[in-house]
Amino acid sequence: MHISLSDYLMDIVQNSFEAGASHVALTIEEGEPMMVCTVTDDGKGMDDDTMKRALDPFYSEEGKHRGRRFGLGLPFLHQAVDACNGEFSLRSQVGEGTTVRFSFDMENIDSPPIGDLAFALCTLLAHPKAEEFVVTRSIEGGSSYTLDRKELLDVLGEFESSGSLSLLRQYVTSQEAGLHAE
Amino acid sequence: MAKMTLEELRSLRERVQGDIQKRDIEGKDRRIIIGMGTCGIAAGAKDTLDAFLAALDEHKLTNISVTQTGCMGLCYVEPTIEVIVPGMPNVIYGKVDKKTAKKIVEEHLMAGRLVTDHIFDRPAADIIKKDGGK
Repeated sequence: MHISLSDYLMDIVQNSFEAGASHVALTIEEGEPMMVCTVTDDGKGMDDDTMKRALDPFYSEEGKHRGRRFGLGLPFLHQAVDACNGEFSLRSQVGEGTTVRFSFDMENIDSPPIGDLAFALCTLLAHPKAEEFVVTRSIEGGSSYTLDRKELLDVLGEFESSGSLSLLRQYVTSQEAGLHAE
Repeated sequence: MAKMTLEELRSLRERVQGDIQKRDIEGKDRRIIIGMGTCGIAAGAKDTLDAFLAALDEHKLTNISVTQTGCMGLCYVEPTIEVIVPGMPNVIYGKVDKKTAKKIVEEHLMAGRLVTDHIFDRPAADIIKKDGGK
């Protein structure tokens, strides 16, 4: 199991990048008490049978890890959501893409803490397989911000050097902090 | 803290750009690769990456390449990272917590000394390949 909601998010969004998606959208809607996250990609998608097996910890996509039979990303998330009366849905179509939507009841004692969301988003923006990636983060009845990978790439030039990553971190952290200050 | 605008980010980038270019030649090939598979994340790889950036920032090392990869096959000693420095062997470090991350920056990257008590490596070639790695 992961420690924080941010860690689950990182894990799940990476799946989209690894499924060959060129567009990935992540929305994080923080309400009271539910925190709802939606990941939509236009990656290769899954058929019904694969979708069911994706929740089995003893299933991993053929070829992803040679000789290994574990795939813990989605099963971890499914279990964590289940433990705190959240909701989980997985929709997918071969060749079209996949949407994962899940929510955590943040007042439930078994919900993980949010964790360092700003830095989790940085690592996703800097993921080597990410292409177009847009994050929309909002607080119910409050403010919101959007992170567009293309826009940030245009400003920073690259997401690989330690200097750029530090600036990216500074930027995203200020967006997240601003959200709570307003 | 007020929300930074993209324009502010751009001017901040331009301000440090000069320094980055100056150091480009000497440090360009130094790389840190962090394992960010499910196993890495569960063991705190995000905090490790954060600690690397903080340590590099502290020592004004702005042009070290820091990238993510999936699981390196050493799930039992996560978080794992690989450090590539020209003139030194490529090293996989395991159990890299925040403190070790700082130590790796100061010892391996800056002083050119290996952090020996955290060195792990990929399984030997004759274990992973049936033909003995030939």
